[in-house]
Amino acid sequence: MKIIDAVHVFFDYMRKDENDKIEEISPALSDMNLEIEKGSFVCVLGHNGSGKSTFAKMVNGLLLPREGSVYVADMDTADDELLIKIRETAGMVFQNPDNQIIGNIVEEDVAFGPENIGVPTAEIRDRVDEALEAVNMTKYKDRSPGKLSGGQKQRVAIAGVMAMKPECIILDEPTAMLDPKGRKDVIRTVRELNKRDGITIVLITHYMEEAVDADRVVVMDGGRVVMDGTPREIFSRVEELKALRLDVPQITELAYELRKAGMPVPCGILRKEELEEVIMELLFEGDKGSCDSTDTDGTEPDLGTDGTEPDLGTDRPEQDLDTDREDKSEGACQ
Amino acid sequence: MIRDITIGQYYPTDSVIHRLDPRVKLASTMLFLISLFLTESIVGYVFAGAALLAVIRISRIPFKYIVRGLKAVVILLFISVSFNLFLTPGEEIFRLGFLKVTREGLRTALYMAVRLIYLIIGSSLMTLTTTPNQLTDGLEKSLGFLNKVHVPVHEIAMMMSIALRFIPILIEETDKIMKAQMARGADFDTGNLMQRARAMVPILVPLFISAFRRAADLAQAMEARCYHGGAGRTKLKPLRYERRDYIAYLLVALYLVVMVVTRWL
Repeated sequence: MKIIDAVHVFFDYMRKDENDKIEEISPALSDMNLEIEKGSFVCVLGHNGSGKSTFAKMVNGLLLPREGSVYVADMDTADDELLIKIRETAGMVFQNPDNQIIGNIVEEDVAFGPENIGVPTAEIRDRVDEALEAVNMTKYKDRSPGKLSGGQKQRVAIAGVMAMKPECIILDEPTAMLDPKGRKDVIRTVRELNKRDGITIVLITHYMEEAVDADRVVVMDGGRVVMDGTPREIFSRVEELKALRLDVPQITELAYELRKAGMPVPCGILRKEELEEVIMELLFEGDKGSCDSTDTDGTEPDLGTDGTEPDLGTDRPEQDLDTDREDKSEGACQ
Repeated sequence: MIRDITIGQYYPTDSVIHRLDPRVKLASTMLFLISLFLTESIVGYVFAGAALLAVIRISRIPFKYIVRGLKAVVILLFISVSFNLFLTPGEEIFRLGFLKVTREGLRTALYMAVRLIYLIIGSSLMTLTTTPNQLTDGLEKSLGFLNKVHVPVHEIAMMMSIALRFIPILIEETDKIMKAQMARGADFDTGNLMQRARAMVPILVPLFISAFRRAADLAQAMEARCYHGGAGRTKLKPLRYERRDYIAYLLVALYLVVMVVTRWL
């Protein structure tokens, strides 16, 4: 079942002068189509101006499409009557933690959403406690949000959304202003909500490392979806991503460079452990020729090392020297 | 330096006064202030003082802490006392050059000083025992009747509580901007008043821009969380009168009666 469905969505930002005459139109979304399955963890990537934040605001009904429609759990965001229901179903977490906390005390902030939709007092209490527990912030419930770290504030913001019992949470670069520790905490929290409570997560981010564990990665450029697939599929297409001015996770990049340098490393390595394993196997493979005793493992590495690969490897670096890296597609796994 | 500003200073301890409904505290403070102008006799002032002392004791706020709050208004106190002392016409007691002190002057000056001190202690007792949030909640609820004449009470209360939340954030930001300007050679501490005022412009402009940006962000975040004004809103901690609140009202009423009676003593 799909929870979010964007159909041929167009949107432009307009800049007007004092006389309300349109000075400049900059298109933000042009013919965007995206369906998101209930319960999935989707990561949206794209460089600045690719339209990913605009899309996030569309889902929440903060912006309405100029053309096309966005449906959240089969409700059209253009329908004014449904707006509150839509915002209840699809909660949103923004980039700046300070600018989205309304309450002067953590638990009061978490209660803000349920208060707005008229939940009875006793139930608000339960929901607040539950939401704070879900993001592991219960012991801070009486604190002033100003005294929390960035990561903690962001978790409070997530709790604020959770207290509305949403089916889906859209996070618009929630970790952009956080330190590495805060970033990790927020991502772990989000992943837990997805796995444990089955909340659909749409994570918009700049950090490729955060996309590795998603079920699905969507890459946006120029206001539309240009790539869509599992993290392994997407990060195998290193050259394409680079053409879109996007990076790949560090470890994927390393594997890619190794491959280009002639090592038979498979495409789309996402985690350190995977690369370690591959390299260890390659080392043992190399040793087997000279010294049989080291190969105690006995199993044949299933990651392709057939006879042709080493040959391929030797002439690749030479090619590399005189061809432009950006344009070269031969090295990429397609 | 700028961080030293404290607004609505709250003294966190646990006492009956702290736990009272903010509406009780608001009303009592108002009534106390009025009562100070009802009485004209020394008995009345002694009684009011005793009542004030009793409340301070119950609130568990150190007496010293409250007295320290008076320091800020010493100058105001001094001015009003000296005006009353020297400028009240009447029977002359003694004279200092062209300044003469009258019996009536001495009397009004003394009463004025006592009234002002009580007034300040009384109202600071309210802010010391009530969080700014409770205060806005209390105001929203007790002024709710104004809704009928189309005063947006909820919206005003919401603005107040948001302003309170953003004061520390904006102060921090001002500090940051000042340091950034100082690092580039700005000078805020020398020159005459005009020059110093002019030096503030490069602080105010970025501060305002950032405040507007924050306001836009916050508005969006509030909308995203289904905020649509006060209609149909429920509360996590609704204000509800308890037994202690009724007792407090009763005591305040008794106090008022005594104060009125002292008028004729």
